[in-house]
Amino acid sequence: MSATQVRLKTRKPWTPSQIVLTLIGAAVSVVFMAPIAAALFTSLKSEAEAAEIPPHWLPKVWTTQAWKSLWETGNVGNWFVNSLVVSVCVTTIVLIVSALAGYGFARTEFRGKSLLMGVVMSGLMVSPAVLGVPLFTTVQQMGMVDTYWGMILPQCAPAAMVYILYKFFQGIPRELEEAAFIDGAGRWRVFFTIVVPLARPSLAAVGIFTFIASWNNFLWPYMVTNNPDLMTMPNGIATVMNSYGIQWAQLMAGGLMAGLPLIVVFVFFQRQIVAGVAHTGLAGQ
Amino acid sequence: MTTSAQTVAVPARAKTATAAATVRRKQGFQHGGWFIAPFLALFAVFVVWPLLRGVWLSFTDANISGEGASFVGLDNYREALNDQAMWDALGHSAYFTLLVVPCITLLAFLLAMLAHHIERGKWLWRLCFFAPFLLPSTVAANMWQWLFTQGIGLFNETFGLDTPWLTDKSYAMLAIVITTLWWTVGFSFLLYLAALQGIPGHLYEAAKLDGANAWHRMVHITLPMLRNITGLVIALQILASLQLFDQAVVMMDFGPGPELSTRSFVQYTLEQGFTAYRVGYASAMSIIFFVIIAAVALGRMALLRTREEGTR
Repeated sequence: MSATQVRLKTRKPWTPSQIVLTLIGAAVSVVFMAPIAAALFTSLKSEAEAAEIPPHWLPKVWTTQAWKSLWETGNVGNWFVNSLVVSVCVTTIVLIVSALAGYGFARTEFRGKSLLMGVVMSGLMVSPAVLGVPLFTTVQQMGMVDTYWGMILPQCAPAAMVYILYKFFQGIPRELEEAAFIDGAGRWRVFFTIVVPLARPSLAAVGIFTFIASWNNFLWPYMVTNNPDLMTMPNGIATVMNSYGIQWAQLMAGGLMAGLPLIVVFVFFQRQIVAGVAHTGLAGQ
Repeated sequence: MTTSAQTVAVPARAKTATAAATVRRKQGFQHGGWFIAPFLALFAVFVVWPLLRGVWLSFTDANISGEGASFVGLDNYREALNDQAMWDALGHSAYFTLLVVPCITLLAFLLAMLAHHIERGKWLWRLCFFAPFLLPSTVAANMWQWLFTQGIGLFNETFGLDTPWLTDKSYAMLAIVITTLWWTVGFSFLLYLAALQGIPGHLYEAAKLDGANAWHRMVHITLPMLRNITGLVIALQILASLQLFDQAVVMMDFGPGPELSTRSFVQYTLEQGFTAYRVGYASAMSIIFFVIIAAVALGRMALLRTREEGTR
């Protein structure tokens, strides 16, 4: 849906059905936002107030104590940088390898292609959750425990992303490429000058979802790191409660610090994200 | 790789006609090969190799150091199949899946219909329904752990309850399910929303001209057009839900929950591998789990195929 259409629609008058729908929407949104609001309010209470019985929504005394002490005592800055390094690297590598592979499977011919494709698709069923222990011993043998590479590389072979892009590339009209071939362009040139620009929305969707998944990944970094200096945001935040007993105000402040960057990104890119999902053919099929 | 091996194997006096074909195929392979090679290398090292390694380890009594492992045949599998704790853990994962999948599918559909049909403030509805998905699992779990904590939690307070959500085995899994619904419904919501936007408007206009009311349009246009996406949402949710781990562990303070009631299959496997140091045994369970997931996926494919044949 284009921007102009949306703007035109918002000038429409309120009809009874629209009023009812909007009220329902507002009620549901309040329910969805309530836990996040509760976390925000709790983070602005003192630790004593956060553990008070009975609990109350709004702080009686507003204080940024929890945010400050988390920033001063914790390694939040460190965790943030680690998360950023890991997520950016994973997203970059995934975009490159899955775009190439998706195109290779969709548009080139070679012996054993369908067999290979079958093997890759069976990879959809293998995740660190399913094969955690053998994957860990493999990474351990390669000497990558407690390293950035150990956190990054195992997240970089997502069969699902290859499949999404494969589906998309299959939908590009062959004539576009053939015309370029006749003009003497090589495979790579066609790939970079015709196919990649066409695929930009799909690549954006794949990139965004990979970034979200990687930023929020808990299990694999948890398994592969012992060194607190290498922890990512979700893992670091999880240790806040382990080491000191539960400090609810700090925990909520930390959670919001870990969660807010992606929410801010979504606010700015939500239209592209929805368009990207539609564009990948994931939704339309 | 297969191609070059076969080209070598062809007798030296091969016919020229096939030689041309081979050259063409080889070129195709080279291009395809270079496109696929980077992914394949990562895939081989971090997916295929661990899987094969897991198969091998599952026949040994390896510990975490990987030294001095000896071959024990099918002992690990025999032990696993007789291990009540494994079956319980599998039962918890399955129970969780059975509760989450239908709820999330229905909820995602309803939210998408709502966000699609409200004409004002579209970005706001999208943000509200999708935002929880943007939180790390640990954060979502921590928030709800706090909301559910008896005494200081706002959930009981708001609804006037005094339910021991996290400490009673009849409520613990339900608490995890509620958390999961809130946290992950946004992803399926977005898939549905994109699918709704993809339905051509002229279908509805034509139906309106024919006098179809809102209910008819829903049953005869919207639902059939959404059939594929519903299949996809259900399949993705089943695979994701069977792999339950993050929320459950974090909400239960990294433990197995009251009376072990929330210990999932993944959690039990990792406990065996990393806490009990029984890598061989944990690998056997990993392989069993892989087989279960593969069976579910293949079952779905078979189901899809028969349904397609049925409609033809």
